[in-house]
Amino acid sequence: MTVVDLQQAPATQLHSGQRIVNDFSFVVATTNGTGSQTSNNTLLRALFKMGVPATGKNLFPSNIYGLPTWFYIRVNKDNYRAHRNKAEVLVTYNFDTFAEDVAALPPGGVCIYPMDAPTGKKKWNVVTPSRDDLYYYRIPVDELTAQLNPAQALKEYVANMVYVGALAYLFNIDMAQIEGALSYHFGGKAKPIEMNFGLVKLAYDWAKNNLQKIDPYWCESMPDATFNKDMMMIEGNAAAALGAVFGGVEFVAWYPITPSSSVAENLQEYLASYRHDAEGRATYAIVQAEDELAAIGMIVGAGWAGARSMTATSGPGISLMAEFTGLAYFAEVPAVIWDIQRMGPSTGLPTRTSQGDVLFTHFLGHGDTRQVVLLPANMEECFQFGWEAFDFAERLQTPVFVLSDLELGMNLHISSKFKYPDRPMDRGKVLTAEDLQKAGGQWARYRDVDGDGITYRTLPGTDHPNAAYFTRGTGHNENAGYSEKVEDWHNNLKRLAHKMNTAREILPQPVVQKSKGAKIAIVSYGSNDYAIKEALDYLKARRDISVDYLRILALPLSPKVGEFINGYDRVYVVENNEEGQMAQIMRIDFPEKAPDLRSIARCNGMPLDAEWIMAQLLEMEGK
Amino acid sequence: MGRTKTNELGLLAADYNGRPSTLCPGCGHNSISNQIQQAAFEYSLNQNMVVKMSGIGCSSKTPAYFMGRSHAFNTIHGRMPSVTTGVVLANHHLKAIGVSGDGDTGNIGFGQFKHLVRRNVPMVYIIENNGVYGLTKGQFSATADFGQKTKYAGKNELPAIDLCAEALLADCSFVARSFSGDAKQIRSLLRAAFSHRGTAVIDIISPCVTFNDADDSTKSYHWGKEHREILNELGFVQGQDDIAVDYEEGKSQDVQLHDGSWVRLKKLDDAHDPTDRASAFRVLEQARKEQVIITGLIYIDQERSTVVENARLTDTPLANLTEEQIRPSKATLDKALAELFS
Repeated sequence: MTVVDLQQAPATQLHSGQRIVNDFSFVVATTNGTGSQTSNNTLLRALFKMGVPATGKNLFPSNIYGLPTWFYIRVNKDNYRAHRNKAEVLVTYNFDTFAEDVAALPPGGVCIYPMDAPTGKKKWNVVTPSRDDLYYYRIPVDELTAQLNPAQALKEYVANMVYVGALAYLFNIDMAQIEGALSYHFGGKAKPIEMNFGLVKLAYDWAKNNLQKIDPYWCESMPDATFNKDMMMIEGNAAAALGAVFGGVEFVAWYPITPSSSVAENLQEYLASYRHDAEGRATYAIVQAEDELAAIGMIVGAGWAGARSMTATSGPGISLMAEFTGLAYFAEVPAVIWDIQRMGPSTGLPTRTSQGDVLFTHFLGHGDTRQVVLLPANMEECFQFGWEAFDFAERLQTPVFVLSDLELGMNLHISSKFKYPDRPMDRGKVLTAEDLQKAGGQWARYRDVDGDGITYRTLPGTDHPNAAYFTRGTGHNENAGYSEKVEDWHNNLKRLAHKMNTAREILPQPVVQKSKGAKIAIVSYGSNDYAIKEALDYLKARRDISVDYLRILALPLSPKVGEFINGYDRVYVVENNEEGQMAQIMRIDFPEKAPDLRSIARCNGMPLDAEWIMAQLLEMEGK
Repeated sequence: MGRTKTNELGLLAADYNGRPSTLCPGCGHNSISNQIQQAAFEYSLNQNMVVKMSGIGCSSKTPAYFMGRSHAFNTIHGRMPSVTTGVVLANHHLKAIGVSGDGDTGNIGFGQFKHLVRRNVPMVYIIENNGVYGLTKGQFSATADFGQKTKYAGKNELPAIDLCAEALLADCSFVARSFSGDAKQIRSLLRAAFSHRGTAVIDIISPCVTFNDADDSTKSYHWGKEHREILNELGFVQGQDDIAVDYEEGKSQDVQLHDGSWVRLKKLDDAHDPTDRASAFRVLEQARKEQVIITGLIYIDQERSTVVENARLTDTPLANLTEEQIRPSKATLDKALAELFS
């Protein structure tokens, strides 16, 4: 093979300084629909198995085929797992974004690109990169792929294995682990494994024979590190679905929408595997509805009838569900709604992450409505809230929103093994026929017997002549009768507010991280967690600034949030939306502390990163 | 019928009463409510196992006025179909009786109606059809006649939607039309509908005495009396495996329902076969052309499977399953986790 032509790239000196080991990021630039996700997840999994903390981030377009897509893999020996929004090593098959991708590299970065056309469409051989402060490698993608002689339909997919092999050689990624990851991906099927790994090997050998390692970036196995020990990899939407299965979900209705569809698709798969009776009949039902209005209507119906029911959607679907969740709040019907947040307003950016639905969901519905919201930050919490959400919904007889986001939901994350539910299901206050019998048939659907604002309900089908009640979204008295009386309305809304105060105590309590002598604090929630912890370490290590940290797990806010923020001169509320939505909710709930609450908020489609959070905080602190 | 007569459950007709109606005196809906509770009494429906479903509007208020011992869900405008779909999947032993109106079904809820019918959700879906919005004071609905004039809404410039034709087009398995003035027919249709396998749509012309009862309106009492053609008379025989034939050959048709009951149709329109979908379309189109209200059973299909059957559910309703039945074991979780990459 004589195609190697390093002269075409600007000459770069062999790196002579220190090696940079397990502390940098790759970015792979391809076009969507060409199968690069398999290669990218293979690299991610192999690194994970090498004991290296590795974080993947798929940046994909809202499109089926042919538009630019980027996949970031961060390796970090200190187990920082937040996305960095930059990369030192670029692999690109995408001619169209070549110039901007090269321009985005830091000085001393690495660029790996084809010397022929990986898609057969672009003339890579005339490319001359503009920067002379990068390390370049070129790889003969087409030629190596052709040697495997794949079927024409597979050619474009398989070609991605060339960069896997080249990266494995250049950056010292374990070939056995790559083979293992491919075997997992293809479910142990010999033929595709052989084909794909065959090309990985071919590219590895070619790189070994033809490329000289000149850049400073290296991956190294971390056999003694415990970060990945007993860990696994999963996407948040799969974790949510699995959690729901172990929460006893009985009814699912959904409408396809990015980035939430895989919640329902995973549910479909897990339920089909694990939820049949001895005769093979389903202990669940799942319906793909005609729209989100119908999806939420169905789960409100099922929840009213006593089944554990859920849906999964994203922002535009939440807008459509406003009407029904207002009804469910007022008529007090349990339901679980997963919102895998994407960018709004409007259709926004369907494939970009945000935390833009916090205010909207918390107050979703016209009139005085306040909804329960859970805020998972990682895979473990996606699983846990997957089952717990049903307990809260049935205990509180109200809709429970779980606000995940695209970042959590659609990326493969490292997670500990999920813990089996540690307590029996809480089915809430439901009166059976026997209960009614004992009570002499006396009960009132909306009477606060226990003083917690939560009343008793009966399920349709309860075999007692007094079991029935009339459920309505109109004004009602304690007996669920229609009422326009001032006091009935007022008492009902007061009780609902009281119920929400009960919720503040019942729902998951905030997680607090304290350090000595901190005068300022960060409050945040959800997927920002990794970036914030990293930022806190940097602030301490680089600037000797101690910052305490509270992570909110649920709305309405726990009183503990109020107690916490009272202990600091200034509190920075960090979130991934434009308006500082959580900061606004905190100002409503804790008005006396409002002057000391400051918003660090951004919404550009990317997850927050540690450097940005730190820079914002330092600037606002005047440092 | 004496007031002391009891049904198979030992209940009096009065045990099927609801609260007093608050609709206008003379409203067609009130007589439908009466027929629902009467039919339920005659059928010996177990009220504990009935759910009364509705949307928003005059018609949707009526579940408060019949069968007070049944759970009811007065949902939101046009969304009764989706809620009912969830209810019957959560508990497929329940019998759902939905009451909707022409605006609730033909306007705001048109999509949900079509999809419910398409899924063949087992329920009785009653449309109390008067062509106008009552609670908001007289606006036209989608079933109002083309060119119709009312004192309040002016002239209707749009063609009427025929909800029976729409149901049929969505593969509805039981399509009937009636007139609120024909109590006997409504009861016989309801009893058959209670035994029907899937969605039974009964579109009942039910005059709005306040906003749409002028003699030239096809939704008026006058029109219903003068321009009504009865397709067939229904005899309903409950829970029997076989019935003796005593009608004149060609003049009657027996259809067995899914639960073993029989409907005996005395044909008044010889040419119409209610098991033939094309025939059903034909009579609907003819009625549209001639501006007559055809009533009776327009179409019936006992073969189509329902959304509940398609879900292949466990016999115990989902809502009644125990924790052991719906939370898989720790070993199952371990198995699921073992299948993840680790």
